[in-house]
Amino acid sequence: MILNKLSWMTGGAQGSGVDSAANIFGRACTIGGLQVYGKREYYSNIIGAHSYFQVRVDEKPVRSHVDTVDMLVTFDEETIFRHYGEVVSGGAILYDPELISTSISRVPTLEEEITGRIEKELKPLGLPSTVEGILKLVEQRGVKLYPIPFGKILDELTAEVGEEVATRLRKTINTMAVVASMGMLEFDFDMIVKGIESQFKGKQKVVGMNVKAAEKAYEFAKRDYAAQFPWKLKKIVTDEKRIYLQGTQAVALGKLAGGCTFQTYYPITPASDESVYLEAHETFKLSDGADGHEGSIVVVQTEDEIAAVTMAEGAALAGARAATATSGPGFSLMAEGMGWAGMNEVPVVITIYSRGGPATGLPTRHEQSDLLFSLYAAHGEFPRLVLASGDMEEAFYDAARAFNYAEQFQTPVIHLVDKALANSTQTCPMFDVQQVKINRGKLVNGEILAGNGGYKRFEFVEDGVSPRAVLGTPGAIIWNTGDEHDEVGHISEDPENRDRMMEKRMKKLETADKLIPLSERVNFFGPSEADATIVSWGSPKGAIVDALELLEAEGLKVNFLQVRLIHPFPVDYVTGVLSRARRKIAVEMNYSGQFAKLVRQNTGIAMDHLAVKYNGRPISRDEVYQSVKMIMTNPQSPRKVVLRHGA
Amino acid sequence: MELEVKVAEPVAKKLSLVDYKTDYHNDWCPGCGDFGILSAVQMALMEMQLAPHRTVIFSGIGCSSKTPHFVRVNGIHTLHGRSLPFAIGAKLANPDLTVICTGGDGDGLGIGVGHFVNAGRRNVDFTYILYNNGVYGLTKGQASPTLKLGVKTKSLPMPNINEGVNPLLLALASGFTFIARGYSYDVKHLKELIKQGIQHKGSSYIDVLQPCPTYNDINTKDWYGGEDRKDPATGKALPRVYKLESRGYDPLIKPGTSDGEIREKVNLFLQKSMEWGDEIPIGVFLKNETVSTYEERIHQRIKTYFTSPPGLRRIADAQGRANADLSAFFAELQVT
Repeated sequence: MILNKLSWMTGGAQGSGVDSAANIFGRACTIGGLQVYGKREYYSNIIGAHSYFQVRVDEKPVRSHVDTVDMLVTFDEETIFRHYGEVVSGGAILYDPELISTSISRVPTLEEEITGRIEKELKPLGLPSTVEGILKLVEQRGVKLYPIPFGKILDELTAEVGEEVATRLRKTINTMAVVASMGMLEFDFDMIVKGIESQFKGKQKVVGMNVKAAEKAYEFAKRDYAAQFPWKLKKIVTDEKRIYLQGTQAVALGKLAGGCTFQTYYPITPASDESVYLEAHETFKLSDGADGHEGSIVVVQTEDEIAAVTMAEGAALAGARAATATSGPGFSLMAEGMGWAGMNEVPVVITIYSRGGPATGLPTRHEQSDLLFSLYAAHGEFPRLVLASGDMEEAFYDAARAFNYAEQFQTPVIHLVDKALANSTQTCPMFDVQQVKINRGKLVNGEILAGNGGYKRFEFVEDGVSPRAVLGTPGAIIWNTGDEHDEVGHISEDPENRDRMMEKRMKKLETADKLIPLSERVNFFGPSEADATIVSWGSPKGAIVDALELLEAEGLKVNFLQVRLIHPFPVDYVTGVLSRARRKIAVEMNYSGQFAKLVRQNTGIAMDHLAVKYNGRPISRDEVYQSVKMIMTNPQSPRKVVLRHGA
Repeated sequence: MELEVKVAEPVAKKLSLVDYKTDYHNDWCPGCGDFGILSAVQMALMEMQLAPHRTVIFSGIGCSSKTPHFVRVNGIHTLHGRSLPFAIGAKLANPDLTVICTGGDGDGLGIGVGHFVNAGRRNVDFTYILYNNGVYGLTKGQASPTLKLGVKTKSLPMPNINEGVNPLLLALASGFTFIARGYSYDVKHLKELIKQGIQHKGSSYIDVLQPCPTYNDINTKDWYGGEDRKDPATGKALPRVYKLESRGYDPLIKPGTSDGEIREKVNLFLQKSMEWGDEIPIGVFLKNETVSTYEERIHQRIKTYFTSPPGLRRIADAQGRANADLSAFFAELQVT
């Protein structure tokens, strides 16, 4: 028996309830005290294209997905055609027996490349290009087949509840498939009911219908198949307070905790979920709100990303902690506006959910190719901070902290996250808002000098950070301009003033470098002495940390340096770690090894190897494990290892 | 690093015109129509006694967008075409601010026209004064979006190949609820329009006919003034510009006005806004009081919006910790 250790997958046409079904599974597991990491893949499409959810379950924290699937839960043919190759020997495919004669040519949403690959595999074996052919093929490889007679179950239900209700029940076929898998896993049925209730909160009719269908499917699968199937899930009791959420929610909650009161956005995948969540949660309580104060955030959907960034800056000028959230194409449009914030020392936070580029690229897929762009976007030179979160928890605290940085150093802050983080779901220990400290930097209230005109918004000061008044502050008249300006904020093309103003602004980077503690800038995992050092940033963190366990179990000594504050770069620390490192491997999700370049630029130290991936699918634990192991054990390993897994 | 100076609001004293002027050097060309608009703005602010620290002028890029540097209220000189979203962000963050945008026709109706249209849809309470001279002055006289088809101003190598946009019609279609046109050589009249625009609750658009003496040799001060068509009887010029109010035009749409009446008003608006050439109306074309402001719409959803707007809301408790109580949101996500 394999207890509480499972890689599970379901898929189906977009709009057919795949997400809900997968969430029922994920929620049931998490409510049952298990830990979950869920990966969601989907097309840029509303209805009909294939999407799938891969969920890893364990008793201890899971941070990544793996390349293999123990249990593939299907209710359509396309999921079988796309994912049969991922199922392990001894693993299961649950399928609808009514579909077995469906030919591959009947699935219009399959790309020609995929049908070609499948036919090439089936033909030499004399197998037909149908569901049946595929099932025979995988059976030869040791995969176990479990037909779920959805039609028969529905007939039974019809007999019980009557024709009219049964018609609606047909919509629950995805729930039936998922719950059948849980019957085989012999997971506590009460947890499944709770999972359904929590997924369809407030929709009592839908809950009832799904529970009805679930009972039947669960009974059937448990009775007929559970005895043969070695994987089991069993609920465990935990005292830990946990939440189950996706990355966009983590960032949104971090913004609320960090005192963000104004957010702008223009719709774009995968960033919009964050803003929509914020708008749905626009009012809340304040811990010190006994005097009638209430918490709120104003969310504005703008006409484009140019307006999104500039409107956020306008709000910041009037004192709001203001942010915008976008993805690569939107950020391209924001470049000029961000430069203005740099020039006028406006604290604004820009969250970038990086996705496959360039141009429209892979709009719903993953990539980390905007790192160097975020560092250099906009013309001219100005200070900016760039931070990159590795997981949900970091995304929450970084999102909050970004506003402190923005106000402390009065400059744009870019918070880099990505599609993988945005759309993954994960169990996390409850976040603690009380840990979030608010630092508004040199914000000045009230009268600065008697009478008008004495205030200098861009006063020359030692650390480069001038006292900041916001619009509406009594006694302060503020001038800003995108032109080079004097201390008051009027246009000045004087060369001496230019030098001083340029130096004042850029000085703030040194100030930030000095003031931001190392604990907020880097994470280090594994033994201090190791044979290989992995260097990475952003969401590959989870796969790397999970892979370290496998490598360690095999006696390979590997450690991992994660850089969280990309700019200003923690030069001394990284130089220290890398000068001791034996074999240096950069892991990142882009073609050219952008972070490796950045490390070299800052430290002069070149990576020995790059493990990169740019096919639009996030990196798995297995890919990290295999590539690092290969690099360590095979002296012939290429300098650049390209990872290619993913459906 | 918190630095706080506590004080009361400065004691209000009556401000004079000079209090709204800066000594920052003005580099507009001699005879520029912008001077009249600047004076009208300063006079309007003074007559309304607007507190300089609570008043903000936003601008884009171009000659006219230098205006904020010459007025002693907050002045935010932004990017080409982007003054509106900056201004709207500030107004929504602190609705107590009086927010004004100034800029040219290239800035507002060329590169920034998307923001113009979408500003109208929102009806945020602010006033947009557009200096309309038909050319891009600061880049040496290219055709702007309001220059009519076939017109060849002096630095164009060829006559204008594009039709000009009618800003009044565009403002109407976009949803601006106060629409007016002034003339930069009738400063008193323009000042009144600006005051009305500021007083109007909602998005106000004021189009200002502003001769560019350097690059627009067609729509000149003399041309608007009718110096080319003297009355043979009196020998006096017959000005092209006339005032709407002198002909009994009523721009007001009050709350409760029927749909039919509104349609009639709009019909009149269309006719007046399309007059050009021999007869050019100035004055208030529309004052629609039936549309809610964006701020009021936010307030419908966020009850504390006006009392603690985004720019003023407390975000930390006395110990400097975040004061957001997100327990209800975490409860939605909690599984164990």
